[in-house]
Amino acid sequence: MDISELHAIADRERSRRKPIRIHCCTASGCQAIGSTELHRQLVQAVQASGRDDEVEVVSVGCMGFCGGGPLVVVEPNGPRFEHVRPEQASEVVAALDGAPCTVQRSDPHHPFFSHQLPVVLRNGGRIDPERIEEYIAADGYQTLYRVLHDMTPAEVIEQLTRSGLRGRGGAGYPTGLKWGTVAKSRGEQKYVVCNGDEGDPGAFMDRSVLESDPHLVLEGMCIAGYAVGANQGYLYVRGEYPQAISRLRTAINQARRLGILGSQIFDTTFDFKIDIRIGAGAFVCGEETALIASIEGKRGQPRPRPPYPAESGLWGCPTLINNVETLANIVPILRGGADWYASIGTERSKGTKVFALTGKVRHTGLIEVPMGMTLREIVEDMGGGTPDGSPVKAVQTGGPSGGCIPASLFDTPVDYESLAAAGSIMGSGGMVVMDSSTNMVELARFYMEFCMDESCGKCIPCRVGTVQLHRLLSRIHQGIASPADLDLLTQLCSLVRDTSLCGLGQSAPNPVLSTLRYFRDEYEALIQRHD
Amino acid sequence: MGGAKAPAASDNRLKILEATMKRHQHRPDALIEVLHKAQELYGYLTPDLLSSVAHALRIPPSRVYGVATFYHFFSLAPPGEHTCTVCLGTACYVKGAAAILAALEQDRGVRAGSTSADGKLSLLTVRCLGACGIAPAVVLDGDVIGHADAERIRAKLHELLHQGS
Repeated sequence: MDISELHAIADRERSRRKPIRIHCCTASGCQAIGSTELHRQLVQAVQASGRDDEVEVVSVGCMGFCGGGPLVVVEPNGPRFEHVRPEQASEVVAALDGAPCTVQRSDPHHPFFSHQLPVVLRNGGRIDPERIEEYIAADGYQTLYRVLHDMTPAEVIEQLTRSGLRGRGGAGYPTGLKWGTVAKSRGEQKYVVCNGDEGDPGAFMDRSVLESDPHLVLEGMCIAGYAVGANQGYLYVRGEYPQAISRLRTAINQARRLGILGSQIFDTTFDFKIDIRIGAGAFVCGEETALIASIEGKRGQPRPRPPYPAESGLWGCPTLINNVETLANIVPILRGGADWYASIGTERSKGTKVFALTGKVRHTGLIEVPMGMTLREIVEDMGGGTPDGSPVKAVQTGGPSGGCIPASLFDTPVDYESLAAAGSIMGSGGMVVMDSSTNMVELARFYMEFCMDESCGKCIPCRVGTVQLHRLLSRIHQGIASPADLDLLTQLCSLVRDTSLCGLGQSAPNPVLSTLRYFRDEYEALIQRHD
Repeated sequence: MGGAKAPAASDNRLKILEATMKRHQHRPDALIEVLHKAQELYGYLTPDLLSSVAHALRIPPSRVYGVATFYHFFSLAPPGEHTCTVCLGTACYVKGAAAILAALEQDRGVRAGSTSADGKLSLLTVRCLGACGIAPAVVLDGDVIGHADAERIRAKLHELLHQGS
C-alpha cells in the first residue's frame, strides 16, 4: 500500500458519509447505562423519519462527559444531549428539524468542555472505533507512512526528545531518552510493550483511549517499533476491560488486512506485529518488570532493576515499555511537530494530560487539559465542585501510590514536580474528589487494604509492612490506638517506602503520609488519650 | 452445576482448549492465555484441568498452580449460578460502594468473595472497573449497572434469584 491508496480510503470514507451524523457513545460507561439500546432506537427513529439518506447514526467512543451519559451529539455543530433515554430517540431525531425537544442539553461553553485541549482524545467520541476507515479519514496512519519513508529512527527519537514528552504512566521518565536507550541497546531481537494494565482504582484514561481510538495506540506502537528497531509489539490490557480487548482485536485485524501491520509495511523493509496479552487481575503487573514476567506467562512478580527492561526485558531482550497515553501522544507530536507540542504546558512538564475526574464532583468524566492548569480550575471550574455545593475537602491523585491534596493547596499547578512537592504524584491520571463525608483515616486504610491485597509477596517490607500498616490504621480508625501507635505508623511508613523492592511497596505509604501531613487532626481525634 | 459435569464423549471443551494451546504452539509463555480460555470454557479451574495444562505445555504443575493462584481472575472453586460483583474502586468507594456491599452481604447471608451455600449466588468485589464516571458500579451476571444503590441492587438480585424457581 502507498500513500495514494491511504488517501483513496480516506476519500471513499468521506464521500460515503451522510451530511448529518448522530454520534451515540457506546464506550463502557455509557453502555452500562443503556446506550446500546439507545443506539438501536436512534437507528429506528432515523429510518422512521425517512431521513436516512442524509442522516446516519454512528456508534462512537468515549466523549468524556461520562457523568452526563448516555451521550448523543449531532454533527456538524449540532446540540449535545445528555442523559438520553432510549424512548427519547425519536425526539432527538425530530429536533434535527428544529422540533421542540425536552432532552437535556449540555452547554458547550461550560468550562468542562471549553478548558479542554484534546490532543490524545482528539478522535474520542468523533469516530467509530470499530472501523479503520474512519481513523484513516481522520488522517490516521499517514504519520506512520511519513515516518517510514521520510525519517530515520534517530530523527524520530530526536523529535520526541525535543517535544519534552514524559511517561504518562506516572513516573514521568523522558520518553525520548527511553526510546534512545532501547535503540542503542545491542540485540537482534527487541520488543515494544504497551502497558495497558491500568490498575489505579479511580482511573480510566487508558480504557477510554483503547476503546475510543485503538488505532492511535497501534500507530504509536508501530512508530516506536521503527524507532527502536523492534519487529514485535505486545499490548497488555487489563482483563477487566472486555470492550477494550474486543475493539483492539478488531483494530489489529483490520490493520493487518490492509497491510499496515505485518511485513513490509507501506512497501518498506519494516516489519511489525502486535499481539494482545490479557491481564488476569494483578495490580502489581503495572510495574514494568512484573508486567514482563506476566507476558512471559509467569506470576507477575517484579525483579530488581538494573538491568532495566531497555537493556534486558522480555526474554532478556531490549524492551521498550510505554503506557497507553504515552504511545497515544506519539502520532500527534510527529504530526504537529516537537515545537508545537513543547509550546503546550509548563517548563518541565510539556503537553497535555488526560485525567479521570470522579468522586464527589458535579461533572464527572474524562478531561484532557494542558499541563500547568491548577487543581482549582480542574475541580471547581471544570468539575463544578461538589454535587450538593458543599465545600471540596481534598482531591486524591495518583491512586494507591499517590496522595491527598487539601483544598487549601488547590492553586497547585498540575505538573510532575508541583504534585510531588505537594506530597502526591501525577500518577496515571486518576483524580478523585472528596467532600467532608470522607474520613481521611478511613481513606488511608482503604488504600492500604488495597496495597496489602495486591502485594505480590516477593519482598518482606511490602508483604509484611503493608499488613502491619493496615492493622495500625484499623486500630486508629476503631479508636483503640495510642499516641505511640501514631509514631509507629510514621516509622513504618518510612521503612516500607525505603526498603521495598518495587514501586508498589515504595509508594504504598504515600496515601498515609499525605493524609498525616494535611489531616493529622483527623488521626489525632481518633487516638485514645490515657493521660 | 455445569462446571462439575463428568467429561462425556460429546464434551468438546477439551478439544477447544487443545486448539488454543496448539495455536500458541504449546509455548510455556502462553500459560496465562490458556488458563483464561480454560476458565472461560469450564467456569473454574479444577486440579485435573491444571495438571493437564501443565502436561501439555511441558511445565511443572507447581508453576501452573502458582500462576493460577497468583492472579485474581482465576478461580479454583466453582462459581455460583449468578454472580454479583461490587466495584470497590476509589470513585465507587467515595460514593458509598462499601455500604452497598454490606447491605448485600447482610441481605443474602453471603460474605464478599464467597458463594452462597445453595450455590445460587457468588458475591464478589473488584478493584475498579474503570466505570468511575457512573460510580458506584455493580456488575450483575456481566451487566454493568451504573449509579447503583443498595435498594435497587437488592431488588434486582431478588428478582434474579427467585425467577422461575
